[in-house]
Amino acid sequence: MSVANHAVLIAVSLAFALPVVFMVLTAVMTDQQALTARLVPHPVQLSNFSDVFSNINFARYTWNTFLYAGLSTVGVVVSCIPVAYAFSRIDWRGRNIVFLLVLSTLMLPTQVTSVTLYILWAKQFHDWTGIQFIGTLKPLIIPSFFGDAFSIFLLRQFFLTIPKELTDAVRVDGGGHFEILRRVIIPLSKPAIAAVALFNFIYTWNDFYGPLVFLAGNTDSQTLSVALSSFRGVHHVNWNLTMAAALIFMIPVIMIFFLAQRVFIEGITLTGVKG
Amino acid sequence: MVLSFYYSFTHYDLLNAPHWVGLDNYRFMFGLGTINGRQQADPYYWQSVKNTLWIIAIAVPLRIVFALATAMLLTRPKRGVNVYRTLFFMPSLAPTVGSALVFVYLLNPTTGPVNQVLEQIPGITAPLWFYDPTWAKPALVVLGLWGIGDAIVIYLAGLLDVPRDLYEAISIEGANAWQRFRYVTLPMMTPVIFFTLVIGVIDGFQYFDQAYVSASTAGSGPGDPQGSLLFYGVWLYQQAFSYFHMGYASAMAWVLFLATMAFTAGLLVTSKRWVHYRGGLS
Repeated sequence: MSVANHAVLIAVSLAFALPVVFMVLTAVMTDQQALTARLVPHPVQLSNFSDVFSNINFARYTWNTFLYAGLSTVGVVVSCIPVAYAFSRIDWRGRNIVFLLVLSTLMLPTQVTSVTLYILWAKQFHDWTGIQFIGTLKPLIIPSFFGDAFSIFLLRQFFLTIPKELTDAVRVDGGGHFEILRRVIIPLSKPAIAAVALFNFIYTWNDFYGPLVFLAGNTDSQTLSVALSSFRGVHHVNWNLTMAAALIFMIPVIMIFFLAQRVFIEGITLTGVKG
Repeated sequence: MVLSFYYSFTHYDLLNAPHWVGLDNYRFMFGLGTINGRQQADPYYWQSVKNTLWIIAIAVPLRIVFALATAMLLTRPKRGVNVYRTLFFMPSLAPTVGSALVFVYLLNPTTGPVNQVLEQIPGITAPLWFYDPTWAKPALVVLGLWGIGDAIVIYLAGLLDVPRDLYEAISIEGANAWQRFRYVTLPMMTPVIFFTLVIGVIDGFQYFDQAYVSASTAGSGPGDPQGSLLFYGVWLYQQAFSYFHMGYASAMAWVLFLATMAFTAGLLVTSKRWVHYRGGLS
C-alpha cells in the first residue's frame, strides 16, 4: 500500500517538476537545439542569460519590478498596521460597519475597478495635479499606501490574539497608541507582518494586469511580467532566450519561497487564501 | 463604483466629455433592440461569455478533484510529506506570465516536448494545443492544473483536521475505503471544498492573464485562435484599453460584477444543502 502510494506521489511530483526541468534545459540550449527533439543541452550555452539582458532592456524591467514590488510592500505594511490596530484594539462607533465595508472591497474584481481607476488616474488626478500618472509606476504604488483589505484582515485577526493585559500594561505606564504598537503589537506580530509583506511582494512581483493597464505600454516603466508577455511575439526571440528570461523572472519568487516556506504554509492555512 | 455606474450609461473615450446614452451600452452588449434606428450588437460578447463559462465549468471542478486526490495521497506517508508539499506548492507561486510562457513552449505542436512524446505513440494524432480553437482551452486547463498547489495545501490541512475517531467508528461498522471517503472524508471536507469552489468561480469570471499571454506568445492576437480564448476579461480589457470604449467597458464591468455576485449568492444558497459545518466540534 505504502509503496504504491509513494509510486503515485512520485509520478505526480514528476508531472509537477517536469515543466520546470524542461524550462531549465531549454534555457541553456542553443536556439537551433531548442527546436529539436534532443533534450540534453549540447553544448550548454550559459550565455543565454546574459543575452537576455543585452537583447532587451531587461535590467531596466527588473529594476522597475523591484520598485513596484518593494515600494508597494512597504506601503501596505506601513498603512495596514495602524488600520488593523484601529480595527482590533480601539473601540469606536461604526467600527464593525467600516470593517465590513473594507472586507467587501475584497469581493470587487480588479477588472471591474480597473476601468474607473484608469479614468481617475488619466483624467481627474491628472487634471488636479498636472502630473502624468498613466505610463508610470505611480498608479500601481500609491494605492498601496492607503491600505489593502486582505492585509488588514490578516493583521487584525492576528492582533486579536494578543492578550489585552499586555497592551493595558503599556497604557498603565502612560504609553499612547504609538507606544503600544511599538512595544507590544509589532514585536509580537512579526510572523503575521512577515506573511503580509511576503504575500504582497510576490503578488506585485507576479502582477500582470495592473502593469499592463496602467503602464499603458510605456517601455521605460515596464515591469518584467508585461515585458515577458510580449517578449517572444514582438522580438521574434527564440525559445531558449524566452525560457532563460522566464527563469530569471521566477527566481526571486522561488528564492523567497525557500527562505520563508513556513510563513507561507502557515499563512495559507490560517486564512485559506493565497496573497 | 458609483462613478463606474454612471460611466456605464455614457459614451466615453477619455478625450471628449462623457456623453449620456442611456441604456445603449447594455442593449449593444446583449444584442437587444436598436441603437439610432439600426440593429446593432456586440458580435463577440456572447462568445466571451460562453468561453468564460466553459473554463469555469471544466477547470474549477477538475482543479478541486485533482487537488483533493493529491492531498489525500499526502496524508498517508509518514516521511517526505514536506518535500512533496513543497514540490506541489511551488508552481502555484509561479507568475502567471511565466507559467503561460512555459506551457506554450511545452505544448508547441512541432517543437514542444509534450507532442514529441505523444507522436511516438501509434494511433494518436497530437493536438495543436494553442494553435487549434478546439484545443486551446483544454491547454489552459492543463496549465491551471499545474498550479493547484495552494488548494492541495488547504485540503491537506483540512484532511489532517478530520477527527480520527470518526474513521475508527465507521471502520468498526465494516466500511470499506470508498465508504470511508464517502461518509467521513467528503462530508468533513465540504466547507473547504465550498471555499475553494467560490474562490475558483470568482477567479474564473476574471480569467485573463493566462489567456492573454498564451495567445500573444503563440504569435496570434488576443483571444485567438479564432476567438477560442476570448474570455470576458480579455474582451473587457480590449474594449477599455485598446479601443478606449470606457462607457461600454464600465457597463461590461458592472455586468461582470453582478454576475459574480449572483453566482456567489447562488452557491451560498445551495451550500446549505451540501456543506456540512462541524458546529461545536473542534
